[in-house]
Amino acid sequence: MIFTDFFYTLRQYGIKVSFKEWHALLSALDKGLIGNSLDRFYNIARAILVKDESEYDLFDQIFLHTFRGAMEPSDINDQIWDWLNRVPLERHISQEEIDKLKKLSLDELQKLFEERLKEQKEQHHGGNRWIGTGGTSPFGHGGHHPSGMRVGGESGRRSAMKIAAERRFRNYRKDLTLDIRQIQVALKKLRELKRHGSHEELDLDATIEKTGKNAGEIELVFAPPRKNQTKLLLLMDVGGTMDPYAHLVSQLFSAAHASNHFKDFKFFYFHNCVYSRLYTDVERSKTIATQDVLNKYNEDYKLIFVGDAWMHPYELFFQGGHIDYFSKEKASGIHWLQRLKQHFRKSIWLNPERQSYWGADTIAAIAQIFPMFPLSIAGLEEGISKLK
Amino acid sequence: MNQNTFSGTESYIVSPELKEIVNVAIALERPLLLKGEPGTGKTLLASAIAQSLNKKLLRWNIKSSTKAIEGLYTYDTVQRLNDARFGEGDVKNIANYIKLGPLGQSFASDEQVVLLIDEVDKADIEFPNDLLAELDEMTFTINETGETISAKKRPIVLITSNAEKELPDAFLRRCLFHYIEFPEAALMQEIVKVHFDKLDEKLLKMALAKFYWVREQDQLRKKPATSELIDWIKALIVGGIDLKQFENHIPFLGTLIKTERDLEKF
Repeated sequence: MIFTDFFYTLRQYGIKVSFKEWHALLSALDKGLIGNSLDRFYNIARAILVKDESEYDLFDQIFLHTFRGAMEPSDINDQIWDWLNRVPLERHISQEEIDKLKKLSLDELQKLFEERLKEQKEQHHGGNRWIGTGGTSPFGHGGHHPSGMRVGGESGRRSAMKIAAERRFRNYRKDLTLDIRQIQVALKKLRELKRHGSHEELDLDATIEKTGKNAGEIELVFAPPRKNQTKLLLLMDVGGTMDPYAHLVSQLFSAAHASNHFKDFKFFYFHNCVYSRLYTDVERSKTIATQDVLNKYNEDYKLIFVGDAWMHPYELFFQGGHIDYFSKEKASGIHWLQRLKQHFRKSIWLNPERQSYWGADTIAAIAQIFPMFPLSIAGLEEGISKLK
Repeated sequence: MNQNTFSGTESYIVSPELKEIVNVAIALERPLLLKGEPGTGKTLLASAIAQSLNKKLLRWNIKSSTKAIEGLYTYDTVQRLNDARFGEGDVKNIANYIKLGPLGQSFASDEQVVLLIDEVDKADIEFPNDLLAELDEMTFTINETGETISAKKRPIVLITSNAEKELPDAFLRRCLFHYIEFPEAALMQEIVKVHFDKLDEKLLKMALAKFYWVREQDQLRKKPATSELIDWIKALIVGGIDLKQFENHIPFLGTLIKTERDLEKF
């Protein structure tokens, strides 16, 4: 049954369509707001069922998949429309049944829905006819639909199937794109507001106390504004294998830098892996001792690594894979990573490398230390929830 | 359908898709949530609907400090305290110090109104949740006086968001949603024409071509939008630009591009 399929396919692929929304769509159909135009159905179903432009693309694909071949270019299978559009819902479902419906599970609901449809089909003596071909079709007789709601075929618009097939909203998908604003929105979730109420709010207790001390002379006291407590430390891998991702990383950096959501934002660079010194500039000309960074920034800083974690195993595992010239201490890259991990309470690793490569030696080893997420909006959001 | 069918206005060009959705939202009595790039006319839509349906527009601009209850009513304690001190006004009657907010006014109005809740995402993350019951049932009680205010006519509610914060699912389930895409050249041409009495077709074509070319440039911090385009065309007309100049440079680029970093790219 094509219509219920549509509902369950949407849910299956993660578009969270609730019964409330589905019911809204049904009542839009019931009120004759959609008529028998598939284009109109596409447009209105999307407005009712999808609540984020990042899901438009998914909706397009499911729409295409569900309705392709099920109808002529601009009309919809009349078995659905007969049932849903012509006959008001109340005539089929009594209050008693509605109450019953509310108690049913989704599976049971689906079954019931299909049964109803079957009944309806029998009453109409084989419903698989196209609209307007059998003479029994309710469409085109006029009078039923509230006047003024034209049915189908408006000028100046493209058909739903074409729009859906174009996949114009591909670029809005969360798993594919990153732009500065989107990153900022994601980073904003890191905020930790200490609630003191806004400064426009009268602090009544303090006012009463002050006024009392003033012998009745009224003195108004306002509460201080809320302040954000989040501190962020960003460590970015630059050069070498990271070059293809330089643009992506710089976007993340710009977003973090431009957002005023943080009480403090610090950033350093490294090449391949972190050793005893970090770079303070992207050209890697000035350095700071990693130990100093650990001393300076306490465990409250949220640590975000950005890097492909892709290096020669030697660079990661071997003591003296890099030699610390200052302390003469020989420490492996992985040792430094573990120290960073232990120092900061919350840390994640964002990896721009394709996830299919994450099985590689060094990536897998680092992913064992830091929770690793793809450098995409979806990955960033997931990672940030780990940092909370 | 009836007199409540929105069909756009002379000065506001709306796509047929959006028109349909507005009308369905009105018929289903559900709020319509609008997202889209700045400059796609989210806020203007509300006044266009009000104008087209001949209804009053109430606007509630949300700020980061806005609380849900302020949309319903505010209780002016400071005024009351002040009046008590100087013996002015009827201090005993709390109702004198209750002022209805935009949402409250939209309920109390005898006529159906259009209510715009602008930039809902600016407020605290919990803000939309605090409005759920009021938007559903269109009724609320003033705690201080015990008075209940119910909507005489359910307002047509429009909500805009710039996606600064994600909105809670429970809130989204109650809304219709539409993402306003940036207008394509053909629609943009119509929009621009609304703003000018007479416009040289050649100039318009040239300007649009350049405008969309600029928008396509990667790494722009802020892409120019409709309002920048209109300002720019105004500047071109006032400046009396020779069309030949267009070929290898963009005159008055500053009206189109607003940040220094972006200007450097041209």
